[in-house]
Amino acid sequence: MHNVKHHLTDQLLMAYSAGTLPEAFNLIVAAHVSMCDDCRAQLASFDSVGGALLDGTDSQPVAEDCFAETMRLITSGALSPVKRPSPSAQGASVLPAPLRDYVGGDVDKVKWKPIGMGVKQAILPTSKEASARLLYIPAGTAVPDHGHRGMELTLVLQGAFVDETDRFGRGDIEIADEDLTHTPVADIGEDCICLAATDAPLRFNKLIPRIAQPFFRI
Amino acid sequence: MKTKYDPTDWITHMTRIRDDQDQTAFAELFQYFAPRVKAFLMRSGADATLAEECTQEVMATLWQKAHLFDASRASVATWVFTIARNRKIDALRKQRRPEPEDLDWGPEEEPDQADILSLQQESEQLGRAIAALPAKQRELIEKAYFGDLSHSEIADQTGLPLGTIKSRIRLALDRLRHAMK
Ligand SMILES: [Zn+2]
Ligand SMILES: [Zn+2]
Repeated sequence: MHNVKHHLTDQLLMAYSAGTLPEAFNLIVAAHVSMCDDCRAQLASFDSVGGALLDGTDSQPVAEDCFAETMRLITSGALSPVKRPSPSAQGASVLPAPLRDYVGGDVDKVKWKPIGMGVKQAILPTSKEASARLLYIPAGTAVPDHGHRGMELTLVLQGAFVDETDRFGRGDIEIADEDLTHTPVADIGEDCICLAATDAPLRFNKLIPRIAQPFFRI
Repeated sequence: MKTKYDPTDWITHMTRIRDDQDQTAFAELFQYFAPRVKAFLMRSGADATLAEECTQEVMATLWQKAHLFDASRASVATWVFTIARNRKIDALRKQRRPEPEDLDWGPEEEPDQADILSLQQESEQLGRAIAALPAKQRELIEKAYFGDLSHSEIADQTGLPLGTIKSRIRLALDRLRHAMK
């Protein structure tokens, strides 16, 4: 919780607050914020900006029966029941709550599919504008070097990886775009589990991964 | 023109709604916020009919969730904003927006009065700081929040190059931060 070194950008936090991101990015932002108190505080201030904007906006007159209709909605019981946000698991689990909701449990419930060299992945069901997947990289193993066509966010959930830019441990998020070509290598100490979200297929630099890419959907 | 009001007053309204299901308090809150929620939804791309319908749902949710409102964590306006934003994502954008896991706040404690007061003061300060932003910066921030547009889509719509937009938003955020100090 306290050792997070690599954070979300203001741009991403603001877009999450405004509600303009595709689902896969919403998921990775929610997962990082679950693990990072700095970004949680920053997000709260972006929500306050939204509140202040709403407060200061010009109003749009509502229909005469709007209040009566609202009261009818309240008394009719037609509203879906209140869902409290999932409580924190107090560091007992590898996956933060928003991810556990997608997986249906902690890491032991992930349906991994091998993609070669001991690396496994599980694609999570999100809307098609962007994709989210869990990656399992055995300690010491490299993910083939690749560039990015869009934006790729990678959040470390267990272990760590190192690439040309830095070392990323649990809770850290790497933000990669067109300008970065990198070869992430899982740290030797422990198998690495990450959540990756991207809005475009990665561009692998080596021939074999490029051919395999449509099959792996990475 | 913005109606003058004491923002701490909305907290009392929320308490009355939560503890006594007070319809008078709800009606007053409704009168202030429902037209703003509707405007927000229309600026996000809803037509008047859909915006009206969603406004009813947002305000009903506010009543229903009154027990979850915590005045030491958010102003009432921010609370309304987050409910309206979630409704916008469901109804207009058809995306899911998972929430971060909740911190443990302990057993249903009444929040500290000093925390509530300082949060309300900061919220007022933020409101003034936003109102004081140069028009162009304020417009871009409003577009980023209300327009349901990513930065590159804002560029298409305003004809401003992407770099200018990003730096203007950044500048606006810096100013806000400065104003908050
Ligand atoms: Zn962070
Ligand atoms: Zn990458």
